Amino acid sequence: MDVKSIRQQFPILNQEINGHPLVYLDSSATAQKPLSVIEAVDAYYREDNANVHRGVHTLGSRATDKYEGAREKVRRFIHAKSSAEVIFTRGTTTAINTVAYGYARQILKEGDEIVITPMEHHSNIIPWQQAAKATGATLKYIPLEEDGTLSLDAVRETITKQTKLVAVAHVSNVLGTINPVKEIATIAHENGAVILLDGAQGAPHMKVDVQELDCDFYAFSGHKMGAPTGIGVLYGKRALLEQMEPVEFGGEMIDFVNLYDSTWKELPWKFEGGTPIIAGAIGLGAAIDFLNEIGMDAITAHEEKLAHYAMDKLSTIDGISIYGPKERAALVTFNLDDVHPHDVATVLDAEGIAVRAGHHCAQPLMKWLDVTATARASFYLYNTEEDVDKLVEGLLKTKEYFGDVF
Amino acid sequence: MSFNNLDSLYRQVIMDHYKNPRNRGKIEGDVLTVDMNNPTCGDRIQLQLKVEDGIVSDAKFDGEGCSISMSSASMMTQAIKGKKVEDALAMSKDFSNMMLGEEVEFEDDIAALHGVSKFPARIKCATLAWKAMEKGVHEQEENE
Repeated sequence: MDVKSIRQQFPILNQEINGHPLVYLDSSATAQKPLSVIEAVDAYYREDNANVHRGVHTLGSRATDKYEGAREKVRRFIHAKSSAEVIFTRGTTTAINTVAYGYARQILKEGDEIVITPMEHHSNIIPWQQAAKATGATLKYIPLEEDGTLSLDAVRETITKQTKLVAVAHVSNVLGTINPVKEIATIAHENGAVILLDGAQGAPHMKVDVQELDCDFYAFSGHKMGAPTGIGVLYGKRALLEQMEPVEFGGEMIDFVNLYDSTWKELPWKFEGGTPIIAGAIGLGAAIDFLNEIGMDAITAHEEKLAHYAMDKLSTIDGISIYGPKERAALVTFNLDDVHPHDVATVLDAEGIAVRAGHHCAQPLMKWLDVTATARASFYLYNTEEDVDKLVEGLLKTKEYFGDVF
Repeated sequence: MSFNNLDSLYRQVIMDHYKNPRNRGKIEGDVLTVDMNNPTCGDRIQLQLKVEDGIVSDAKFDGEGCSISMSSASMMTQAIKGKKVEDALAMSKDFSNMMLGEEVEFEDDIAALHGVSKFPARIKCATLAWKAMEKGVHEQEENE
């Protein structure tokens, strides 16, 4: 993989921040966009803009072809059986909420269980808290191992015959843990539960085959994989989606509308009320083309190498605490001595290095780690070992800078 | 930006308040207590105020956060102690204006925080304690 030529396709990376070349280490929050995505969105608005699924005119069919073409690209990207199983949403949060409202709240009753983990992002916690409150179901957590992984024994102990729904992150956005989701899906199914995977940190970084994983739902966001913000995907098995009621009602999602009653379009459109996110979907299609050209396996291999390199280098820093398992996705969450992560991030920013500081939308996990906040460096296909070296240098400077204080 | 710019943020007096916070702890008895947090980053503060005859007779804080939020809380409690409530509120307004980059005169250590105005991402850290104070005073007024 030629990272140098890949970097040239990301115009934003070619700039100085505070007098230093930008080192962007916040891709888990949002990834940068390749030129091909920016150009695809630009071209759509310059040449093809029209509403989809209704115009008889030429632009209308061009826009529809591009929009539905993007859906087919997503289908192939995650290896869904049918494009009817690919629903465009605003992002992972909306995708999960669609399942919470359209499925969980319809089927759950008192005594039923929803099973999640303490390493979930808020977007895979709160929809279930609310669904549990609304239905009287119980929300249960699979306890984490000391290193921030999930053991299958703990999974087996937590999921019971009362469990109707299991929702787990494919990859943790804080710990970097890559969860054994295929095995968890098997255990869920053995107990008669359906499983939703939060793929926000999975799909951008590794090959996802929803049929092989045998997950019932898979949710992910476009903006973390080079597409614009505001576009995401809910994959669902057809039988479940057929059974579900739409969550949003209005234009685009209807078949026949009478004065007091209406019927819904077939899948996937019954879940896409209103004018859809046309440009976003086209941008996502372009991002998928871009990633496929490089190859998801090559991207995963590059990130594995970077993760190892980062763990080796960062762990040599005196006073650093790194959270999560040794084998991990390409992100490292840490604290440096008693320097607050905000202060770490501010000093790094003065060096042109962008990291995330805070609770990473995972407050229950912060409690489990017994910290109030952490700093996180996250990597993507355009990052290099040199970026890691600069991070290490920046952290040593941070220590030096705050050295007099502590 | 070089470390020289950082020095305008992390002034020595700020670091001193961070390391040796003034008025950190709890006030005994029945006093005004305000909890406030910055949900985007997780900083949180508990501020306690004792108001007698319209004067802030005691102020203490507890909490967790970065050097800017904690030093600002330390300085704020120091500054408002012994002041009339209305003067404390006026000071808070001045402080907000200083964060917007306006030239504002502060007699005490608080002046050291003016450098925060050049770091937009950190302004919310500096104003947390002041917002807690405002909230507390307004709650008290509503109850009276």
